[in-house]
Amino acid sequence: MNIPSQLKYSKSHEWVEILADGSARVGLTDHAQDALGDLVFVNLPQAGDPVAAGEVLGDVESVKAVSDVYSPVSGTVAEINETLLDAPETINQDPYGAWFIRVENPEVPGDLLTAEEYEAFLATEG
Amino acid sequence: MATEKKTPLYDRHVAAGGKIVPFAGYLLPVQYGSGVIAEHMAVRTQAGLFDVSHMGEITLEGPDALMNINRLVTNDCTGMVNGQVRYSPMCYENGGVVDDLMVYRCEEERYLLVVNAANRGKDAQWIESHLMGNVRFADISDTVAQIALQGPRSEEILRKLCPPESIPVKYYYFVEKGVARIPGGDIPCIVSKTGYTGEDGYELYCANADAPRLWDALLEAGKEEGLIPCGLGARDTLRLEAAMPLYGHEMDETVTPIEAGLGYFVKMTKEDFIGKEAMEKMGAPARKRVGLRMTGRGIAREHCPVFLDDAQIGMTTSGTHCPYLNHAAAMAMVEADKAAEGTQVEVDVRGRRIAAEIVKLPFYKKAAK
Repeated sequence: MNIPSQLKYSKSHEWVEILADGSARVGLTDHAQDALGDLVFVNLPQAGDPVAAGEVLGDVESVKAVSDVYSPVSGTVAEINETLLDAPETINQDPYGAWFIRVENPEVPGDLLTAEEYEAFLATEG
Repeated sequence: MATEKKTPLYDRHVAAGGKIVPFAGYLLPVQYGSGVIAEHMAVRTQAGLFDVSHMGEITLEGPDALMNINRLVTNDCTGMVNGQVRYSPMCYENGGVVDDLMVYRCEEERYLLVVNAANRGKDAQWIESHLMGNVRFADISDTVAQIALQGPRSEEILRKLCPPESIPVKYYYFVEKGVARIPGGDIPCIVSKTGYTGEDGYELYCANADAPRLWDALLEAGKEEGLIPCGLGARDTLRLEAAMPLYGHEMDETVTPIEAGLGYFVKMTKEDFIGKEAMEKMGAPARKRVGLRMTGRGIAREHCPVFLDDAQIGMTTSGTHCPYLNHAAAMAMVEADKAAEGTQVEVDVRGRRIAAEIVKLPFYKKAAK
């Protein structure tokens, strides 16, 4: 399972990448895409929408089921990754490249996990 | 998970990287490593192999076997010949569906019924408690494994293992005393030209002990043809794309087969059968099963309300993204007078209204040869 060390992780299997300008990109982990299976549809918020840590930001649908995606950070959506709308399979192919939203002035909760902690968490989840 | 049973192929699924889930009392793979879409596409374009050992098998034997079957099911089994299969709903007195099943005529006085796994106990009890006259009942589900080989290249693959006389030529026929000639010894099996995918294909029934060897031999034989193992996920998307009904979704004890769009399999001209009187009294059905092609962005699943303008006209019964057609589709039960093809409706998917159009079923039909 791929868990890049420079990212932070939520227990609901999202990742956060803090960019040089201080904004944050958010996506789904490799573990999440593997567990969900082939993704065929993505619902994203719009630029300008507020997001709150721990709250639903959108959803992804596999052929089997729909699953909510939670925002690991709070802030305002600066940008959404529109390529995902037409090519949701990108999330399966490149989970850490396929960011969902970029959040401006993000408030990053202190309880997000490091890569090591996330890996340990996955082990406990079985 | 401890209460679920394993099929004889369980170890094969685990070894092949299958994601195991509980389903109808069994532990079965929902998909393998290649994923639902690849498995679905393999069946549409090449071939796929499914473990359907969870299905139930019931035998009825005796001079009154046919009479009993004809009372129990809505289709007419009178004109069948040995080696023929017929699909039929089986109803309660009120016209609601107990289950839908396949009737195999082995001999004039010997039949095999193949029923849904989730309904096996209920079906066995229903059938046994309604038998009359000289007929013997047996539930042989626990001794029989079933493997489905589906897809346009199925026949080529099967020919590598089975002699021509073991392979039925026509759809909905079977060879009872078929044999698969494989290293380590011949495997006796029923070879049935049937399936639940909308493609050509076969369903093979064999003894539990022989199932792993037959599974391995089929996969090996089909390597060049692109045969891959497929799970429950692809089984569901394939049947939905082909608009094949699934018990518990398109029909159940509250829906008559006529409402479920299975009127062709209800022979009202037949002398008598359980549920006939209730369906006669009902007359033309007030609701109808339709196909919905999602034209807006989103995927409708089961139990989503369907709206025509502001009035709810029905509810979806199944829905998914159709991998081969590459659009989302659903089946729904809607008011019969609002079910015309071309009607523009909306489906409420988790609080959002998504545009859809009522379309002709099936969504997918294989090209005629």
